[in-house]
Amino acid sequence: MRIALKLAYRNLIGAGLRTWLNVIVLSFSFVMIIWAKGLMVGWDNQAKTDMEQWEIGKGQFWHEQYDPYDAFSINNSHAPIPEAFQSEIENKTMVPVLIAQGTLYPQGRMQSVRIKGIPPDQTLLKIPAHKLDTLSDALPAIVGASMAHSSHLNKGDRVILRWRDNKGTFDATEIEIVDIFPTNVPTVDVAQVWINLETMQEKLLLPNEATLFSLANAEENRSSVEAFHYKNRKELTAEIDAMVKTKSKGQSMFYVILMALAMLAIFDTQVLSIFRRQKEIGTYVALGYTRQQVVGLFTVEGAMHAILAAVVAAVYGVPFFIWQAHAGMKLPMDTSEFGMAIAPVMYPIYSISLIISTTLIVLLTTTLVSYWPSRKIARMSPTDALRGKIQ
Amino acid sequence: METASIIQTEHLIKRFPMGKGEFTALKGIDLQFCTGEFTGLIGPSGSGKTTLLNILGSLDTPSDGEAVVLGKSIKKLNPRESSQLRKKSLGFIFQSYNLLQVHTVFENVEFPLLLLNFSASERKKMVMDALEWVGIADKAKSKPPQLSGGECQRVAIARAMVKKPTLVLADEPTANLDAANSHNILQTMEKLNRELKTTFLFATHDEKVIGYLHRKIFLKDGLVDHEEWKNN
Repeated sequence: MRIALKLAYRNLIGAGLRTWLNVIVLSFSFVMIIWAKGLMVGWDNQAKTDMEQWEIGKGQFWHEQYDPYDAFSINNSHAPIPEAFQSEIENKTMVPVLIAQGTLYPQGRMQSVRIKGIPPDQTLLKIPAHKLDTLSDALPAIVGASMAHSSHLNKGDRVILRWRDNKGTFDATEIEIVDIFPTNVPTVDVAQVWINLETMQEKLLLPNEATLFSLANAEENRSSVEAFHYKNRKELTAEIDAMVKTKSKGQSMFYVILMALAMLAIFDTQVLSIFRRQKEIGTYVALGYTRQQVVGLFTVEGAMHAILAAVVAAVYGVPFFIWQAHAGMKLPMDTSEFGMAIAPVMYPIYSISLIISTTLIVLLTTTLVSYWPSRKIARMSPTDALRGKIQ
Repeated sequence: METASIIQTEHLIKRFPMGKGEFTALKGIDLQFCTGEFTGLIGPSGSGKTTLLNILGSLDTPSDGEAVVLGKSIKKLNPRESSQLRKKSLGFIFQSYNLLQVHTVFENVEFPLLLLNFSASERKKMVMDALEWVGIADKAKSKPPQLSGGECQRVAIARAMVKKPTLVLADEPTANLDAANSHNILQTMEKLNRELKTTFLFATHDEKVIGYLHRKIFLKDGLVDHEEWKNN
């Protein structure tokens, strides 16, 4: 093996440009795969962090009937705030949120919205709830930038908001947009109007009631309290995981194409090598190599492309990765309407396991692709090979 | 001097498939070679000299009959044993040199020693000695494409001789060389035969080579036609 490595190295370095072309293509695959995977990890991480900071905290209690995707059951998914939660709410380690379906009439148009009540003094979530304390003769409300953009709302605008109270009676009031906050989390932004919790409880005739509670402290599991069931962070971010997984699958095609291009170059080189280097193969055998050892040598040569590629990739890839981890990648389009948390700048995260696993996969694939055509050598007649007669 | 027998062939036959039938390249060769011989298999193309050389070099196997090289029956050797025989005891010189093009002269000559697991310092000394024998020590760092045909063949001889094999098989070693280079090469080989007692077996139809041979075996249509010995 030591000899094979030595010879393979000499052969590769001696082959000059042909080797370096393959190595550069392969190193590009290394860098792109690690970068793209790092971006997915970064996106996943960033989306979860944003979601945690803006919406879910470290976990939530949901009313037993609450289903964020069911507009019809929203108005029934509330219950009085349990006594057991009072101390956490007072300590500001729990934020109650009341949710109801409503309709907004911006500039004469009708838009279905979700009205969310939140205490103005909360500090757990990044939503600027304190703005709801703004003095106004209308009902102070805040909306996300995406909501403001789609509804053509500006700070200071006044619009009619309508809802049905607990008795089923329609009611409406004028709200004033006192703040527009930028966020990457569409579930607190798109078609959402935030108002003061107490005011909302009054208007909906739901005194001291809430739909869900966001928590400051992470716990794997907490028992249900009255009508509220606990959801941990993992459950609440499951959709992001599923989305990232879907995106990862799509991206896998990109890796496969990239790898296929690199492998095709290696495969071609090997096939061409075996054809062009018949005399050399015969010479190796004449000098004392078995045909299996020659197969081994060619396989090692192929695999060594991956090792050289890893070295070359490290030379230009590491500075690129470091730069990307700091500068991030700006998305070329508006991501606010994607339906999930995507920051306008995504920062890749690279783990040791990502780098090692990618290196091993590329090395293993390259070795297999090198071995495949090399098997032909085992069937060669050394005398024909010496004369370069094999077609 | 030439006493111990190192090669015996008995009714050696080699057939090759050809279309639906087969072609018999060797039709029953009975020969014996002793240590230190400087012998040539002489004959026109198709007479079977290269086929015989390949079998004696364990690169090919007989279809029938027996070929015993250094006490080993070529027919009975498995691939590993035949590679061991080539690695330890045989040296090859080819018509077109068969040097490793991307390796330097030093690395080409070093190759057989790598397979024999000599240490780096031993390899260096042996390679430089071999290059001195053939007079191209100054080209150690050159690569084959930078050398003339004569120099390439000298490298091939150094590669064949570096491990001091018992037997060197040379297939048309001067076919690609001009007269002056051919004589130089042959004088070098004759000197190595004389000084190192290495047995040389040539396959040739080159008159220049024939002039140097001590023993000439003339082949015709796969059979030994006649033999001649050089009178000293």
